[in-house]
Amino acid sequence: MDTSARPPEYRPPVVTLAGMAQGVRLFLPLLPGVIIFAIAFGAAAAAKGFTLGEAAAMSAFVYAGLSQMVALENWRPEWTASGLLGLAFVTGAINGRMALQGASLQSWLAHWPRRVNYPQLFFLTDANWLIAEREKAAGRTDLGVMIGAGLGLWVVWVLATIPGHLAGALVDDPRRYGLDLLLPVYFAAMLVPVWKGPRLIAPWAVAAIVSVAAAQAFGGYSYVILGALAGAVTGALMPNPADAENGETP
Amino acid sequence: MSAATYSTLTAIGVMAVVTYLCRIAGYAAMRHVPRTKAVQNGLAVLPGCIIIAAIAPIAWKGGPVALLALAASVGVMMALRSELAALLAGLGLVAVLRAFGL
Repeated sequence: MDTSARPPEYRPPVVTLAGMAQGVRLFLPLLPGVIIFAIAFGAAAAAKGFTLGEAAAMSAFVYAGLSQMVALENWRPEWTASGLLGLAFVTGAINGRMALQGASLQSWLAHWPRRVNYPQLFFLTDANWLIAEREKAAGRTDLGVMIGAGLGLWVVWVLATIPGHLAGALVDDPRRYGLDLLLPVYFAAMLVPVWKGPRLIAPWAVAAIVSVAAAQAFGGYSYVILGALAGAVTGALMPNPADAENGETP
Repeated sequence: MSAATYSTLTAIGVMAVVTYLCRIAGYAAMRHVPRTKAVQNGLAVLPGCIIIAAIAPIAWKGGPVALLALAASVGVMMALRSELAALLAGLGLVAVLRAFGL
C-alpha cells in the first residue's frame, strides 16, 4: 500500500462499494486472529452458562472483544443494580479509547453527514479505526473503506462466536497461539505510518510513561485513555513552528 | 427471579449502550470544540499516542517475548510497509520464543 506523503488532491467525499471491498481487503491480515479470538470468546461464554443466542447477541451488540472477555470473568447468573453499574464502569474504562479514536477521526468524518456517521460508528473498532486513520492521512475520502472494514469484521466476529460456543473449550489457552499479543503487534506496526517526524517524540514519550505508570498504579484498562490524553495534551502545549502565521518553513 | 435482579440480556444491553456511547462520544464532542491551534496540535498527535498508550504497558510487563515481538513488528513494517508481514513476523516470533520456553 502506498503511504508516501504526497500532497492530497481534493476528491469529493463518497461512500462506494469499491471502497467497502477495499476495507474488507485491508483487514484480511487480521482475519485468522479475529476468528480464533471470537471462538475463544464463544467457548468462554459457553463455560459461563450463556445460551448460544446470548453469546451471539453479546458479540453482535457489544462488538468489543476485550471488554466482552473481561465482563465474562466476573459474570453473574443474576444482576443487581449495583452489579450493572460496576459492569458499565468497567466496560467504559476498556472501551473509552473509542471516544478518543472518534475524536481523532472527527475532522475526517465531518466530510459526511451525521445521519451516516452515527450509524456507521456502531462498527468502530481498533482495526477499522487504524484503517481510517491511514485513509485520512493519505487524503482519501471514501468512507466505504472504514465501513467495509468495520462491517466485515463485525460479520466475522459474530459468526465465529457460534462455533466457539458449540465447541465449548476448543480454544482453552489463547496464549498458546500468541493471541494475547495479536492486537499489540498490529498496533505496533501501525506506529510506522503514523510517524510524522521528531515532533512526535515528546508526546509519545509522555504517553508511554503515563500509560505504564497508570497500569502499575491502577491496574485495569484505563491506562490507554490516561496515557493517550497525556500525550495529546503534551502535543497541544508544545510550540509548533507551523503555527507561526508568516514565519518561514524551518 | 426476584424483582431486584436482572437477567443476562439486561447486562448485555448495558454493555452495548455504554460501548456505543464510547464509539460516538468523541465524534459528537469534537463537533462542538473550537479548532484552536492547541486543539489541532493535540489532535495531530492523538492517533500515535493512543497506539503508544495501548502497547507500552504490555511491552513493560510482557517481558522479552512481548518486547521482541513488538520490535519485530515495527522493524518489518519499516522495511516492507506490509502489515501482514509485520503481523506474521511478530506473532511468529512469539510462537518460536514460547516454544523455547521463554
